[in-house]
This record gives sequence, structure tokens and C-alpha cells, in this order.
Amino acid sequence: MNAPDGITDDTRLTPLRLIIMLFVLTLAGALGWAVCSLPEYSSGLAVTALAELSNSGVLNPVTAAVLNYRGYDTLLEIAVLLLAVIGVWSLAQAEPPAAFEPASPVLLSFMRIVLPLMILIAGYLLWIGSFAPGGAFQGGAVLAGVLVLLRLSNQDFAIWSHEVWLRFCLVLGLSVFIAVAVGVMAGGGKLLEYPRAHAGMLILLIESAALISIALTLAALFVGGRALSDEDSSSASENGVQPK
Amino acid sequence: MTLEPYLLYALAGVGLFAIGLYALIARTHLLRKILALNVMGTGVFLFLVAIAYRSEPVADPVPQAMVLTGIVVSVCATGLALALAHRVQTTTGRMVLPENDESGA
Repeated sequence: MNAPDGITDDTRLTPLRLIIMLFVLTLAGALGWAVCSLPEYSSGLAVTALAELSNSGVLNPVTAAVLNYRGYDTLLEIAVLLLAVIGVWSLAQAEPPAAFEPASPVLLSFMRIVLPLMILIAGYLLWIGSFAPGGAFQGGAVLAGVLVLLRLSNQDFAIWSHEVWLRFCLVLGLSVFIAVAVGVMAGGGKLLEYPRAHAGMLILLIESAALISIALTLAALFVGGRALSDEDSSSASENGVQPK
Repeated sequence: MTLEPYLLYALAGVGLFAIGLYALIARTHLLRKILALNVMGTGVFLFLVAIAYRSEPVADPVPQAMVLTGIVVSVCATGLALALAHRVQTTTGRMVLPENDESGA
């Protein structure tokens, strides 16, 4: 079987692979047995989660779990997203826009219809997250789709060239989250312990900031490298390379 | 014993995890390893959602929240892994890890 880049990835069953397969099958068997021995009905944390819902500031238990009950977990996950972008940016530089073919007129007119709708849906998902399935992660994924479409049609140079704004928006979600997490301690609470009266508003504030950061993070990963900043492009043009 | 729907999904999750784990260890091509990690992650997500489904009257929201954030994190991990793999390819010219280079060809 030939991999697309020409490296032969042979699938023969060598003795080593047989050992790996036996090991994996044993592990799968043990895991499967453990799954089968689980009780048929278990409320898990659902009872507690629903009982505390009136204190969480939102009406959707999943959003309450993401941003209130397990807020610490989500805070660290947003930090992981930022770390991934920092990692990718330190490894690679984005392809210059000239590397792509000009977008077809069909794609461009399709985008004119669909992009405003997608931005609207992202905001709707963020808003509805407080009482129905939705939230910053879902809205962020849709908004990232907007940026990916702009990338594919070669229309997004303006977004990736404003590096100060780009970096500001990438860290916005994490900064707001940390500011709120620490800020509630001023009122006498513990870290991430939102005051009950303002919990809904604080969650919406964190989610709005996280939405922007999640969308930009996913799109930055799709672009796959640090875009040329103004300094880089000016030094590049000094070397005879056109920045645009 | 009747097969509860959640059990089918949970066992499918375990199966995906095992398939991914085998490919992660046995295959040398880096793209295959990254794909294998994603298959393993999907197995874990499927398992968590299936486990949440056992609760009555509504599904347990806590595993759902973990899957929700986990999907975005796994996409980011894949992006970083692809950037690293691309760097390995531009540096060595091969899409395999250096210690697998002889046996993998």
C-alpha cells in the first residue's frame, strides 16, 4: 500500500506488529469488560448539576458545567488553545497570499450570501447557550469557519497582517477569563466563584471574549503559521520580495 | 442480557480507541500517527457521551461539557502536531520520526 507521498507503509504482519496487536486486543478486551460491568443506570453528576442550576446563572446545564461548575478546567483549556497557536507560530510562517489562486466568482458570490449569515449564527449560538445547546465553543467554531472561507478565497490578508490586533484578540478570551476569575475574589469569593446575582452576566462576558479567541485560534491553526507582520513585510520588500 | 443502546456506543468508543492505539504504535508515517491520535480521541468522546446517556431523566451534563471543550482542544492539538510534522518533513525530507527511519522505509 503506497502512501500519497511515496513512502511505502507496508502492512505486513511482522512479529513485532503481532505483539502490538495482541497487546491492543488485550487492552480493548479489558476496557470492554470494564464498560460492560458498569451499572446500567447511573445519574452520575446529573442530579447535583440540575439541583445547582438555579445558582449557576444559566439555564442550560452543559453551559453551567463548562463555565461554572468546571470553570477551572475550561480556563486551562482556553490556555491550551493559546499555547497551540504560540507553538504553531514559532514553528512556521504562513504561506504568502500570492501562493493561492484567485478565488472563483462562484465562491465569492456564495460567500457574500453565507458569511453574514454565519456571523449571525455564531452570535446566536453564543446567546442561546445560556438556556439551550450552544455557547462560546460552538459559536467560535462557526466564526472560525468564516475565517477559513476568507482564507480559502484569498480575501483575508487584512486580518492576518494587523499583528497587534490579532495578538490582542487571541489572548482576549484567556485575559477576560482570568480577570473575572480573580476579580470575583475581591468580593470575598474564592477563585472562579461567581457572585450569584451576576453569574449570568459574567458567564456571558467570558463567553463573548472566548468566542473571539476560539474563532481566531482555530483559524490561525488553519492558516498554519505566523503571518507576515508589517516589519517582516517591509524587511522582505527591502530584500526584493513583494509583501502582497 | 439485552444490549442497551449506550453500551453499543461505549463499546464502539473502546473499539475506536484500540484501533487508533494500534495504528499509533505500529505505523511510522507521521500523518497516520496524527490520524490515529484523532481516532483515539473520537473513541474517548464517544465513550464519554455514551456514559452520560445512562442518566435519567436527562443525560449527565458534565461529560457532555468535557467532550464539548475536548473537541476544540483536540483540533488545536492536531494543528500543532501537523505543524511539527511539517517541520520534520522540511528538516529531514521524510515524513517519519528519525528513530523509525530505517525500519519504516
